[in-house]
Amino acid sequence: MALIINVNHLSKKFNDTYAVNDLSFTVNEGDIYGFLGQNGAGKSTTIRMLLTLIQPSSGIIEMFGKKLSTHRSEILKEVGAVIEKPDLYKYLSAYENLSIFAKMSGIKVTRQLLMNQLQMVNLQDRAKDTVKTFSQGMKQRLGIAVALVHNPALIILDEPTNGLDPQGIADIRNLIIRLSRELGKTILISSHLLSEIELIANRMIIIHKGKKMVEGNVADLLDPAHTLVEIETLNNTEAAALLQQSTWAPFLLPKNQLQLMMNKTAVPQLINDLVTMGVQLLSVNSSHSLENYFLSLTTQSGNVEAFTN
Amino acid sequence: MWKLLQIELFKISKRPRTYIAFIAVAAIVFIFQFAFKADGQSYMDLMLQSVKDTFSFDRVQAINGYFMCYIILNTLLIQIPILIALIAADSISGEANMGTLRLLISKPISRTQIILVKFAAATIFTIFLLLWMAITALFLSLLIFGAGDMLVFRSKGDESQILLITRDDIMWRYYAAFAYATVALTVIAALSLLLSIFAENSIGPIIATVCIVIVCTIISNINVPVIDKNVKPFLFTSYLVGWKGFFYIGTDIDGKTIKGSLENWPAIRKSLLILIAHIFILVSAAVVVFKKKDILS
Repeated sequence: MALIINVNHLSKKFNDTYAVNDLSFTVNEGDIYGFLGQNGAGKSTTIRMLLTLIQPSSGIIEMFGKKLSTHRSEILKEVGAVIEKPDLYKYLSAYENLSIFAKMSGIKVTRQLLMNQLQMVNLQDRAKDTVKTFSQGMKQRLGIAVALVHNPALIILDEPTNGLDPQGIADIRNLIIRLSRELGKTILISSHLLSEIELIANRMIIIHKGKKMVEGNVADLLDPAHTLVEIETLNNTEAAALLQQSTWAPFLLPKNQLQLMMNKTAVPQLINDLVTMGVQLLSVNSSHSLENYFLSLTTQSGNVEAFTN
Repeated sequence: MWKLLQIELFKISKRPRTYIAFIAVAAIVFIFQFAFKADGQSYMDLMLQSVKDTFSFDRVQAINGYFMCYIILNTLLIQIPILIALIAADSISGEANMGTLRLLISKPISRTQIILVKFAAATIFTIFLLLWMAITALFLSLLIFGAGDMLVFRSKGDESQILLITRDDIMWRYYAAFAYATVALTVIAALSLLLSIFAENSIGPIIATVCIVIVCTIISNINVPVIDKNVKPFLFTSYLVGWKGFFYIGTDIDGKTIKGSLENWPAIRKSLLILIAHIFILVSAAVVVFKKKDILS
């Protein structure tokens, strides 16, 4: 499978702060690649570097096997993007906006092509209306039409469901799935809504404070083998030390929470070992939803080191 | 590049603010024409008061289309920079404000191309605005007031001069003056474009452009030798009214005007070259700054 995006040790520093710090990841052809992180994690900065809006402080970005720094125009012809909210020329109609951006992408523009594109996002009846009369959801759909009009191989969507109502979110989700399954597009989608990514992405990365925390297949990350188990005992510090001496790899978090990333099938064995060690167990909770996984990674800064090493 | 320029011109033509400049020019010109039609004689009496005994000229004939255009240009070419700034200062900052700059830069177009196309579009707007001025201030005035020999009132040092240009020697001077004014106002467009890169809404660059023009114009009008020698030659505002040079007709040793001549063509040529150098520097600076700019809007 061809590598569409290959990011190596990418960093961006604003004054003394790293917005993105030594980030590496790959996106394969046909992937719906989820780019996850809390607000301010560095998702948008990374996407802006992929689209040449921001120049990296260091690191290499390769797309379609070519360096972005030296083959910018060539690469961007194959990329369609919606960056945060899809701001378009408000005083122009949907048709005119689409036409302008299609021409800028260097393709031959026909009325048929533009109308087909508008039809795909269900805006064919509003083609002549100015964008200032559109709802947020309609603007978002038009933004996607603009991103797709030149038939790019890679589509980058930065928080595409921001500000949308549930129906709008569902529409965008279905459109993304269609683009991937029916048209074979590679899609990189950033979001802080994990439930969205969980539903559509096949691979994902989680970043926090500009650093990669984990990257992999969504199915693997949701696999019982990656279950997060939280244990409550009478003395968590002592329990953590005892587990550390055995074959277990616990994390003792700042608020004295004791967690393990492990295969769910091994939970009975863990309980058995704890009892054998004389630990007085109060509760054991396990979870493998991406939401919990994400929160456990990003809300506890103590975990960052554990997962990136 | 041509396709991009077409797109840029299309966008400009669709914005209501584009037409503010044309409406403003037309309004001012019509007010001038109305005022001079109603009571131009008083103005002419005042201007010719000091020379009424030595200079014989039909005062009714003096207020003709050519003279009107000269008066209007004298007034309007000082205000026009503001109207140019309305469009040019919006070039990049307006896109940043709307959020379309992100989309624009993520297209396979180089940033240098974007700046050059924006500059070309602003220049074309300037040309159209001056053409509009020519139509309203010159050709419409000729229709209303008719043609005739033209009087040019001039202050030269401490003395005042009145030059007379015959009607068959005027039109080419207007063509040259409008061409010169286009170059001069293109400097304003280049300055506004450069300033627009630093802002995320167009108000800031418009105000900054106007302030720079005002400050530089004031400095250009300070008559102190140290400023004359060390500062004025480097200010573009010192050359903005250089178009008047095309109406300063050459004279022979008896003081008679020489048809088709210019008093000081080398000075006009030098002014033009300095203005062109300003354009080159400002646009180059815009390209360099824009290429390095991180788009965070």
